[in-house]
Amino acid sequence: MIESFIELFFARYNYWMAIILMLIGLYALIAKQNLVKKIIGLNIFQTAIFLFYISFAEVKGGTAPIYLPQGIDALYVNPLPHVLILTAIVVGVSVTAVALSLIVRIYEEYGVIDEDELMQAVRRR
Amino acid sequence: MADITGILPAITIAIPLVAAVLILIVGRYENIREGVTIAAAIAMLCSILAMLPEVLSGARISISLLPMVPGGDFALRVDAFGMVFALVASILWLLNSFYAIGYMRALKEHAQTRFFFCLAVAIAAAIGIAFSANLLTLFVFYEILTIITYPLVVHVETPEAMKAGRKYLAYLLVGGIFLLAATILTYLLTGMTDFVPGGFLAGSGSDLILRILFLLFMVGFVKAAWMPIHGWLPAAMVAPTPVSAFLHAVAVVTAGVFGIVRIAGWVFGMDLMASLGLGIFLAVIASFTIITASLFALTEDNLKRRLAYSTVSQLSYILLGVSMLSIAGMTGAMAHIPIHAFMKITLFMAAGAFIVSAGKESISDMKGLFRKMPVTVLMFSAAAIGICGLPPLAGIISKIYLALGAVEGGMPILLLVIIISAVLNAAYFFPIIYTMIFEHPDDERSLDAVTEPPLTMLVPIVLTASISVLIFFFPSMPFMDLIEIAIAEITQSVIP
Amino acid sequence: MTVINHLPVLLIAIPILASLLIFAAGWYDRRFAYPITLITVLFQFTASVILLLQVMQEGTIRYHLGGWAPPLGIELVIDSFNGFILAAIMLLAAATVVYARRSVEKEIEQEKIVSFYVLFQLLVTGLVGMTITGDIFNLYVFLEISSIAAYTLISASRKPHSYVASFNYLVLGSISAGFILLGIGNLYVATGTLNMAELAAILPASYGLATVHSAFLFLMIGFSIKIAFFPLHLWLPDAYTESPSAVTILISTVMAKVSVYALFRILFSVFTTAYIIDSFPVTGFILLMATVAIVAGAVLAIAQDDLKRMLAYSSISQIGYIMFALGVANQIALEGGLLHILGHAVMKGCLFMVAGMIIYRMGTSKLSELKGVAKTMPISCAAFALAGASMIGIPPTIGFMSKYYLVLGAFEAGLWPYAVVLLIGSLLAAVYIWKFIEIAYFGDHHDNHHTSVREGPLSMLAPMVCLAVLCLIFGVFVEVLMEAVGPAVILLLGGV
Repeated sequence: MIESFIELFFARYNYWMAIILMLIGLYALIAKQNLVKKIIGLNIFQTAIFLFYISFAEVKGGTAPIYLPQGIDALYVNPLPHVLILTAIVVGVSVTAVALSLIVRIYEEYGVIDEDELMQAVRRR
Repeated sequence: MADITGILPAITIAIPLVAAVLILIVGRYENIREGVTIAAAIAMLCSILAMLPEVLSGARISISLLPMVPGGDFALRVDAFGMVFALVASILWLLNSFYAIGYMRALKEHAQTRFFFCLAVAIAAAIGIAFSANLLTLFVFYEILTIITYPLVVHVETPEAMKAGRKYLAYLLVGGIFLLAATILTYLLTGMTDFVPGGFLAGSGSDLILRILFLLFMVGFVKAAWMPIHGWLPAAMVAPTPVSAFLHAVAVVTAGVFGIVRIAGWVFGMDLMASLGLGIFLAVIASFTIITASLFALTEDNLKRRLAYSTVSQLSYILLGVSMLSIAGMTGAMAHIPIHAFMKITLFMAAGAFIVSAGKESISDMKGLFRKMPVTVLMFSAAAIGICGLPPLAGIISKIYLALGAVEGGMPILLLVIIISAVLNAAYFFPIIYTMIFEHPDDERSLDAVTEPPLTMLVPIVLTASISVLIFFFPSMPFMDLIEIAIAEITQSVIP
Repeated sequence: MTVINHLPVLLIAIPILASLLIFAAGWYDRRFAYPITLITVLFQFTASVILLLQVMQEGTIRYHLGGWAPPLGIELVIDSFNGFILAAIMLLAAATVVYARRSVEKEIEQEKIVSFYVLFQLLVTGLVGMTITGDIFNLYVFLEISSIAAYTLISASRKPHSYVASFNYLVLGSISAGFILLGIGNLYVATGTLNMAELAAILPASYGLATVHSAFLFLMIGFSIKIAFFPLHLWLPDAYTESPSAVTILISTVMAKVSVYALFRILFSVFTTAYIIDSFPVTGFILLMATVAIVAGAVLAIAQDDLKRMLAYSSISQIGYIMFALGVANQIALEGGLLHILGHAVMKGCLFMVAGMIIYRMGTSKLSELKGVAKTMPISCAAFALAGASMIGIPPTIGFMSKYYLVLGAFEAGLWPYAVVLLIGSLLAAVYIWKFIEIAYFGDHHDNHHTSVREGPLSMLAPMVCLAVLCLIFGVFVEVLMEAVGPAVILLLGGV
């Protein structure tokens, strides 16, 4: 029972890792009080998804998808997910930038970056 | 000529709507605004009268305006029964408009433009209900009527009025939901919602479903104010008197009972209702309402509220007539719509005149009013006697038909209901008359400043009372003729 | 001719260039920002109408970006479904832009106005891109473009609380986007393509796979957050309430509707009805949650004391109606759902415009401070009443028509207990709409502490009145809309 479970884990361990990372990110996003730590959680969450994409693009023994002497018969990893993730990384960076600037503004306005204290400060207004 | 007749139903509804827009535009010039109201009322009456000969000859005027949703186009059809309602509503709107102008100006009410705007839209909706060719169109106008009468009910804007308004809206909107559900159910059962003389539901569903459907319709037509869902009507008495008159006689409650008669005759059909045992169900509700509401009326000292309960009771006469499921009963029911409308509006207008001229709302304060306002009190008394069913007013006509129907329909116990109720009517009306004519005020000088109301109010009162008398002497023209056609239509199911 | 052929890409390319131009020109002189935005959005509106007409006549338009055919290239697809949505959202966007000028001048600091319009333009463009793209990853990219623009725009308000609202939205929005991205990844793993049409063709072979199920779940959860489907709505009330009026209008109408569109597109065009009904039966669950959303949203709306926040909760309830259509998933209910996408956008746009107008003139949207506001802002309040009537579902407004289709669809599917909830929902809507109407029209008008208040500028009034009138016109001429909606639904259900 346990052996088969372990086997399942190792057979697809890259996906499991992505999922674990994702959960860590989600946990930070939801449970952390500090707004900056929330954003770090968000980044971990996004990175997990990026890794998931990259790992399923992998082809065993494949090379980088560039033009080789063998022509298109060469075994190469799927380039499309890489391209997609390039876009997604840009998106992630932008979101992080917006989020951080919002935190700066919140700090300027309320003087706190702790969620509970922030809620209290908002309610006091 | 035929072409014009073809679109007359639409024109009839358009006239008050156009008038409503004009009223908003010229709102600040009172005389022009009132002129618009009166002109529209006259124009609408003319346009309805223009359709009368055609309807009297047994024809129907149909017009499909717009495709709407599955289940019914936006379509109008003028038939004899719709004509009865339309005729009553348009005549009374004209008279009520004069009265309202006098009343509102005498009391210097605020927001008069809003008031007349809403009245105009409401009458358009009422006529729309009368002319609807199918359940959906009827529902559309029914909802419009609900919404547009709300500002009228809460016109005085006191907290009490707002509360009453909420009650009014709650009852009527919930009713509207039931009506919509019933309409959709009808459509799903039969694939249509058009009114067909003699009904079209027969055989479309199990007895249970059809009974539930009828109950949905009954709750849907909460405007008919049958007990125990009558609560909104006395509450709505906070409104200015022309509104009460409008609610009680011209449009709102009439729309409710009109709807129930329509359902009985044109959706279910009398045969189906009989086989489902719905007649007995309706008879129980109606009898209960008639007696209980009369008893309530006895205990009310506020004149308008007593009249409100009287309305609740009288409306159920119409339901009672329907419940007999016989020709005479149905005739009585249909006849009671115009007859009750004319008499009740007289009563309300007179009650309003008492408020305007004497500032009195409680019956116990009205001692000796006869000496100061003889004409108004006389008209009030005449109409009250008419409601009790005594000649020479029209009330007796419908009551005779109802009594005949009770016997014909094999439910003599309903005869007993009619008699008891007549006694109760007398019991709550005669003391009022007695108080006003024979008793002396506690303080003789308190009535010194009281005079007859302004002519714009007095003339409509006299006119409606006279019409009530006229109907007694000339019942056939045009109401009974129209009703005869309608009855022939639903009993023989002849589609011309 | 050639320009017309390239219209789909121009619909996105020109506005993106325009947003750069706004930035550059606005750098030079702030006053250039608004006209460029206005012209661009009007261009988009015109183009979308042309495209809709073209689609209705000639069928689906497929445009290959850069001439690369799928699966290599990205495809823009305009069919009868998104053609309809596109025209609807651009109508709202155009109205919002007209409305925005004065509102933005008042609510946003001078030096931010240029960047405001840049982001505004990007938001609209991102949403247009989401609507017309035929590639699911491209959908994600446009979704993020519009989301980032929206986060920033929400925080553009002068109220400091808007930063918190924006931050919360950003966190939830990013989680949602993450889930969507994961779902797309899973789909790619299962099929090896990202083109929606190809996905639909390849997917049925692997309907049983866990990968597909998880893809479906990820997408479903992701979009449920995005459309604020109860109970994933937590970001919505703050975001709608705290953002500048023009942004509220845009995100509550255009953005909310495009997200709903994307969900419909994925559920019906990528996964097809066969999947959501047979392979992975979620419709029952969606239906249940939709009814909960309808009731809970409306009850929460009733509990609010701020006009904007009340309307925000109302949106949660109304989203429930649209999801209800998805849960019933038959022809009639989906017609109602699509109609409600348009109808709700129009009426909620109008209502938020009124709220914005009130804030513009009075600086507050607290209900308790708006007593008697109808006396000073009659046109705005009349528009509110009309759009509100549509929200309640009073015939003959568009709100009634869409709810009628929904109820009819539910009845037809035998889901009558759910249909009852729909009807209750519209009663609850009546309660919260009436809360404002009562305060605005019948509130204590004697304490005239805001006599200086008057109607807003014409550029704000005109779009508001247009939308209010559209509620009525769309309702009356619903048959014309059905010509666009009918084929769209057939397409969704997998017909030709």
